Amino acid sequence: MSEEIIKAEGLTKVFNGHLTAVDHIDFSVKSGEIFGFLGPNGAGKTTTINMLITIMKPTEGKASVLGLDIAKQNNAVRNVIGVVPQEYTADEDLTGLENIHLCADLYGIPRSVAKERAVDLLKLVELTDFKDKRVQTFSGGMRRRLELACGLINRPKVLFLDEPTLGLDVQTRTATWNYIRKMKKEYGMTLFMTTHYLEEADALCDRIAIIDHGKIVVVGAPEDLKHGLGGDSITLAIKEDEDVSGLIQKVEHVKEVRKENGGYRIKAEFGEITAPFVIEALRKKGYTVTKLSLTEPTLNEVYLEFTGKSLRDAEESGEGFAAQRMMMRRARQ
Amino acid sequence: MSEANGNSKSKLHGLWALTNRELKKWYKAPVIFILSIVQPIIWMGLLGKAMNIGAIFSSGSFGQSLGNLVFTPKLTDMQSLQLGSFFQSLQTSIMQNTFNTTDYFSFMAVGMIAFTALFTTAFSGMSVVWDRRLGFLNKALSTPVSRGVIVFSKVLSATLRSMFQAGIIILIAIAFGLQFGASFNPLYVFGVFAIMFLICVGLSSMFIAITIRSTRIETPMAVMNLITLPLMFASNAFFPTSIMPSWLQTVATFNPMTYTTDAVRQLLINGTTDFMVVAKDFAYVGIFAVLAATIGIVLSWRYLSK
Repeated sequence: MSEEIIKAEGLTKVFNGHLTAVDHIDFSVKSGEIFGFLGPNGAGKTTTINMLITIMKPTEGKASVLGLDIAKQNNAVRNVIGVVPQEYTADEDLTGLENIHLCADLYGIPRSVAKERAVDLLKLVELTDFKDKRVQTFSGGMRRRLELACGLINRPKVLFLDEPTLGLDVQTRTATWNYIRKMKKEYGMTLFMTTHYLEEADALCDRIAIIDHGKIVVVGAPEDLKHGLGGDSITLAIKEDEDVSGLIQKVEHVKEVRKENGGYRIKAEFGEITAPFVIEALRKKGYTVTKLSLTEPTLNEVYLEFTGKSLRDAEESGEGFAAQRMMMRRARQ
Repeated sequence: MSEANGNSKSKLHGLWALTNRELKKWYKAPVIFILSIVQPIIWMGLLGKAMNIGAIFSSGSFGQSLGNLVFTPKLTDMQSLQLGSFFQSLQTSIMQNTFNTTDYFSFMAVGMIAFTALFTTAFSGMSVVWDRRLGFLNKALSTPVSRGVIVFSKVLSATLRSMFQAGIIILIAIAFGLQFGASFNPLYVFGVFAIMFLICVGLSSMFIAITIRSTRIETPMAVMNLITLPLMFASNAFFPTSIMPSWLQTVATFNPMTYTTDAVRQLLINGTTDFMVVAKDFAYVGIFAVLAATIGIVLSWRYLSK
């Protein structure tokens, strides 16, 4: 089997002939990794996942999952993938176990096999005690876990997660991440997920693709992307009213110095090691450092760097965007 | 690992699971289950007993109007008795000629069976829209279950529910005094279920075909309101087509509900069962069912893959 579990080439989806949701994207997902699509709502993440899980046909381009063409061999693809949708799809009127059995039936898994797997899966997501309770009584986190269990019933080689922690509170979100890690460890599959939470992409993903307006702007490991920004930021202020930019610039590992708001903003690799050297250099020349702070680069800065806006701004930028999102949602349905 | 998901499964895998999912919502929820039994009782009580059309022709109402008339010279006892029995026989023959039975309740109770089919299946379009909105539809579409099976499970669950209700209606109607036709044979009940199966498959497929693309729950509701009552009243369920204006008769001639009700009447309450007519009814409803189901499945292939 090839190393590339998912491969997309020029994958494009146009709705109603004019609304381009996904615009000629290329990417590949390697065996065993957690690959994340990061972007604001309406960027084309769900549309991409819908094409990969074969419920939407690409307008142009192609993609394959485990070497199977998503358009031509869609039924074969469906057999080897697991899907955890954005919504809570479990039937509220059925119990947890009944829902898992229902999923198993959709894959044509014999009941005897399904029963064995259900026991393991319920244990994994810690719902064993609630298996005979109706889903109506479940909390958001429990429903999410049930969805995870359902997505694994056919022992997929690739699991697709669409916004796995959407609408969950921070604690439940962190817990859900742990379940996802546990699942991956237990069943050793490749994961493809979408998210618009920076922390989630950072905490879970081995590699991410930042997607904006249907295009992939950058792909890489979160750590690499952050380092690619030129390292950590050191902000400092001195008592004296003189320009010391040149002096700071000479310190090892310092990449860039900018004077702003009466202080200095320094980009440096290995910030925690470089900062003491900067202080030392300034002291030697008789300057007094009054303030210093050190921040490691976040994905938000990466996002800012590549899209020109912060993810939060992109999420909240006005009504035009909200309208676009609604349109996309409607077109998708 | 993969042999468990292997190739042994048939094209129809998941059909019963999806059908049972719908049915469980019904038989596992006592309130809904009881309501689905109570509903036909209420309708039968209202239409069959309270609004008893047959009573208009009954001797009692004639007797009352007779009493209000002043005859000169006054009728002798003998004459009045003769007049009474004349109206009595007139009523019987009017009932027999228009309704093919002397008992309007029996006539209506049978119409009720088709009525139930219509109202139960009308909800199947709604359940597709619900699944779409809740994301279950997408979930199911991402599994190897056949697209046709997804739609047919809706049809099948509505059909099974209607057939169960039809059985209940027959039992209740017997308790309320249903008069079977002279040639009735208990085996004919199977015929009733057979035609119920056909009409329900047809109607349910039709409702799904109309609403399969809609994303709003209002659409199937509007469709239900628009279609169900005209379909009901432009048929022979409550009134014989012979007393309808000719344009309505024409509509009724094309309405599959007419043929369903006719078949059930032939089998249950008519004095003589004309099997040629029953066969014609079955053929018509059968063609309707096959056509609607084919359209429903073709549309599901077309619109469920985007």
